[in-house]
Amino acid sequence: MSKVMQSKTAKTKPLKSKAQPATPAIDVDLQAYTSEVEEHPYQKDPSRLSAADKQRMHDVGVVVDDTAQRAGTYLQVDQSVIHSKAEQEGVEVMGTPQALEKYPWLSDYWWKLVNPEADKFTQYANTHPFKGYFIRVAPKVKATYPVQSCLYIAKHGLAQNVHNLVIVEEGAELNIITGCTVAPVKDEGLHVGISEFFIKKGGKLTFTMIHNWAPRMAVRPRTGIVIEEGGVFLNNYICLKPVRTLQTYPTARLVGRNALARFNSVLMAAEGSHLDVGSRVLLEAKARAEIISRAITTGGTIIARGFMSGQVADAKGHLECRGLILGKKGNILAIPELEGTVAGVDLSHEAAVGKIAEEEIEYLMARGLTRDESVAVIIRGFLSVDIEGLPPELSAQIRQAVELSEQEVM
Amino acid sequence: MLEVEELTVKVGNKQILHDISLSVDIGETLVLFGPNGGGKSTLLMAIMGLPRYDVTHGRIMFKGEDITHLPVDERSRRGIGILFQRPPVIRGVKMRDMLRACLHGREDGDAIDRLAQKANMADHLDREVNYGFSGGEVKRSELMQLIAQQPEFVMLDEPDSGVDLVNISLVGNMINELLERDRMRSRTKSGLVITHTGHILDYIDADRACVLLNGGIWCRGNPREILAGIKSHGYEGCAVCQK
Repeated sequence: MSKVMQSKTAKTKPLKSKAQPATPAIDVDLQAYTSEVEEHPYQKDPSRLSAADKQRMHDVGVVVDDTAQRAGTYLQVDQSVIHSKAEQEGVEVMGTPQALEKYPWLSDYWWKLVNPEADKFTQYANTHPFKGYFIRVAPKVKATYPVQSCLYIAKHGLAQNVHNLVIVEEGAELNIITGCTVAPVKDEGLHVGISEFFIKKGGKLTFTMIHNWAPRMAVRPRTGIVIEEGGVFLNNYICLKPVRTLQTYPTARLVGRNALARFNSVLMAAEGSHLDVGSRVLLEAKARAEIISRAITTGGTIIARGFMSGQVADAKGHLECRGLILGKKGNILAIPELEGTVAGVDLSHEAAVGKIAEEEIEYLMARGLTRDESVAVIIRGFLSVDIEGLPPELSAQIRQAVELSEQEVM
Repeated sequence: MLEVEELTVKVGNKQILHDISLSVDIGETLVLFGPNGGGKSTLLMAIMGLPRYDVTHGRIMFKGEDITHLPVDERSRRGIGILFQRPPVIRGVKMRDMLRACLHGREDGDAIDRLAQKANMADHLDREVNYGFSGGEVKRSELMQLIAQQPEFVMLDEPDSGVDLVNISLVGNMINELLERDRMRSRTKSGLVITHTGHILDYIDADRACVLLNGGIWCRGNPREILAGIKSHGYEGCAVCQK
């Protein structure tokens, strides 16, 4: 698996241009999308949504028929909040426009972790009507079940504009499952999503996001996270379905001692998909971080980035990126970056891009598995990132997402 | 059970084995001695059918069928199993999943846990296959897989190398189970065992032995007598003795 493939023609083939980027960035024309969309009615009982819509939501981990095992639910279709409800005391779930109105102090959190002038997408988000979820868990409250949210696009050609805010107060704990997806007949669209997460002293947030877009969708999330002393942020990102272009690069600042951030990504790119996915961690205190990504291409392009900056002594971080190229096409560019600005930081990385080692396939075949069965076992293992501290229910959700994609790979 | 007839094997451009003939009967265990680089592992790999081991002459008969050109998995499904000396690490795949694959649907309840307990590997079930395993753990992992797989013909490539004194009897017991060495009459399992040191012979009661030297077979006979000869005269003694 870790054997790096080398091109036989590398020595003889002249470079076309020194300035040519290895994987050209994909531009998204904002003019091609509309922000005009009709309002969808509020659903007091989300189980009354259509079976097709419910199935799409279920595929990204959002269950609406029985929400007994959820601490809260937020459902947004296009630009309408069609359901939002908290089921546990100390947990708040509502749309961000409503929250900003209810709590004027939220201005201390709004656009504080993402710069509205960062690029044209943040500018767009800042200047157009938005929705999004506000989820807050009160000090010392440990949410028993996860809060789930679904960002759903139903209208063709829509630019969905979302601005989310999550606040985990001191000593509180919360799991969030976010599923982003489109209606079954959905064709083309853009999702712009600003997310700002605040994890206060001793707080813990496990954030699991499953993306399940469509082959002609453009997706531009922009995310900032701040983690205070002793705070924990576990981020699990799963994107296994085709998407035209997706670019995300959340930045986590660890500002307090003993803060911990862990980013796990599981990515798959079919032909026609372009994923530019990474995580950036700034260790501004004696804290720890880990970035782990698994990328499989069956014909698409994946840029797997990771940036870690150790800015105080004894800051510790590890970055790991492994990529598998299955089939003849496909392109993976792994860019692990480490920066140390003082002595005493402890940062490391490992990256490997290649194909499945023949020796591993033969090993399984010697146990009686066919070649296809052997490859399936190896791929399933490759994608099953060990996620420490993840509730079994979330693990099951991720396993389900991986299993749904397995057949497509084979 | 197994008949190897005049087998010649190449790896890359290099001929490793020349005209090897040997047979293993039902219920019998044959020991292969020989120095490093003598071709022992190559013979096992060629019988297993790994593609890098190219049979250029001769044939391999298993239960009366010519399997010389069958793929690895077909041979495995016909009842051949192998303990690899240096198996690959498979990142991400858990020991438990590997054993499940070896069981081929014969998993009943806690079969995997019982097996792991027996191999003293219960705490390895959720670890990645062979990742960070010690020499002895690799052998026990391989033996667990073979016991799950239940092959009729078992090839063991140095099952005793790297195994400490505490675990050697455990490994010996697992091999005896695999080869049904505790049965006299109704034994159906056969084995082909490579050993360098002969340590494993204290635990398994092998029937016959031969010495593989410079790509050919030089000596056949009683395992303990041959081992004693090698210990006193070295492998060179085998070559001289045969002349």
